[in-house]
Amino acid sequence: MFNTIAALVAQSAAYPSVAAFMVAVEAEQSGRTPDQIRAIMGHNLDVMAESIAQGVQGVKSVTGLTGGDAKRLDAYLTAGDSYLGTTALTAVRNAVAVNEVNAKMGLICATPTAGSAGVVAGCLMAVREQLGLTRAQQVDFLFTAGAFGLVIANNAGIAGAEGGCQAEVGSASAMAAAALVCAKGGTADMAAQAVAITLANLMGLICDPVAGLVEIPCIKRNAMGAAQALTSADMALAGVRTVIPPDEVIQAMDRVGQAMPTIFKETAEGGLATTPTGLKLREQVFGQA
Amino acid sequence: MAKEMRFHSVFDIIGPVMVGPSSSHTAGAARIGKVVRNIFGEQPERVDIYLYESFAKTYRGHGTDIALVGGLLGMAPDDARLPDSLRLAHEAGIKVTFVPKSDKVDHPNSARIMLSRGAHKLSVLGVSIGGGNIQISEINGFKISLSMGTPTFITVHQDVPGMIAKVTQVFSDAGINIGTMTVTRESKGEKAIMILEVDDRRPDLVATLKAVPHVDNVTYFE
Repeated sequence: MFNTIAALVAQSAAYPSVAAFMVAVEAEQSGRTPDQIRAIMGHNLDVMAESIAQGVQGVKSVTGLTGGDAKRLDAYLTAGDSYLGTTALTAVRNAVAVNEVNAKMGLICATPTAGSAGVVAGCLMAVREQLGLTRAQQVDFLFTAGAFGLVIANNAGIAGAEGGCQAEVGSASAMAAAALVCAKGGTADMAAQAVAITLANLMGLICDPVAGLVEIPCIKRNAMGAAQALTSADMALAGVRTVIPPDEVIQAMDRVGQAMPTIFKETAEGGLATTPTGLKLREQVFGQA
Repeated sequence: MAKEMRFHSVFDIIGPVMVGPSSSHTAGAARIGKVVRNIFGEQPERVDIYLYESFAKTYRGHGTDIALVGGLLGMAPDDARLPDSLRLAHEAGIKVTFVPKSDKVDHPNSARIMLSRGAHKLSVLGVSIGGGNIQISEINGFKISLSMGTPTFITVHQDVPGMIAKVTQVFSDAGINIGTMTVTRESKGEKAIMILEVDDRRPDLVATLKAVPHVDNVTYFE
């Protein structure tokens, strides 16, 4: 097992890829065979793809507060005249789609949490055709994301209640960035650079859900996480390096999370949640507090 | 780095597959409901659910009520029927009530579930600790600590002499170590419950345990 990005990069060098190393570690830890482990991940992949397809069709959340934005983005994307371009805008559309399905109590794969589930899935499904990824390579994408995610989870955390949105969408975006680097043939060290760049850019992001629901601003923050992941991956692939080492960035993120006031940690007591409109929506959904 | 490692599997990070919107308030709640149903061992006629703190304040928006009832119907967190659980429970003739409570409890995401079918009664306190992970912290008034992720057997059996010896013999014969064990009962001579956390994955032992005389039901989960 590995508990730092440095150890992950060093230990995975003895394997064909970070993904192959992750499968080997999982096999040793769980007692399951590599084939069983890859089959479970394949199921996760299928759920991700289905959630995107469903969200793009247009859905409405259980509360009625959100929904339909993935469909709007899909129409805009099809019109072919965007700033982001096809790949990035597709990732944004996908990320929104997954989290709109999540908010309507649809089936999703938590990556690393339900509220941040759109980022990794959204990026993967946006690049798989462009890169011509086989099913096995798509499954590898998820193992790579999971390997870097484990280090972040164990050294900082992945729960908004513990570390704010930087722990959820921040972690998801860093995981996606690392996997995007490896999917394009980048090295494990480049992937580590992408993780550091992402977490540094999203550091301090608070968790301030309106009415305590996983809708506003969570859905749009997933779009931001996907866009940042693609930016970080391109930067790392271009040879841009982080000045603060990845493990030190993760430690800083942990300290920021601990120092963050609890009103910004999934309590709906600060930020957007306590704006006049945020409070009005809370009353609309739950009645008088 | 000296931090304790809390996450060991890649599937703690990529997964679980679940019905939204919240891993703690929805997936965790469904898991609590399912474990409670397993412990009860049959379909209840009546279920009263007390919700505490964050569960009490946000259960409707998060679908915590729907998830708990889905779990009580035997659904896993990824069951596509979950959003329809309240209707399905009604159709199955199960009477369910939710009572948000203002009492302080140890963990913000807690639910006390009280089930009954005739004279058969059970009370369980379940806690959702984040990321879809749960603990069972009380059964019929007894404080326990049961965590998901460990191979666990639950037997429902008649409260007669020798049951503990017979059940533990099955594990001994299979060469499996028992990590923790909890035994409780409704009242003397009535239905009793045994919860065993073991060190190896052996769902196949359910059949062997069911064959033990006076054992009514056996469930296994990880």
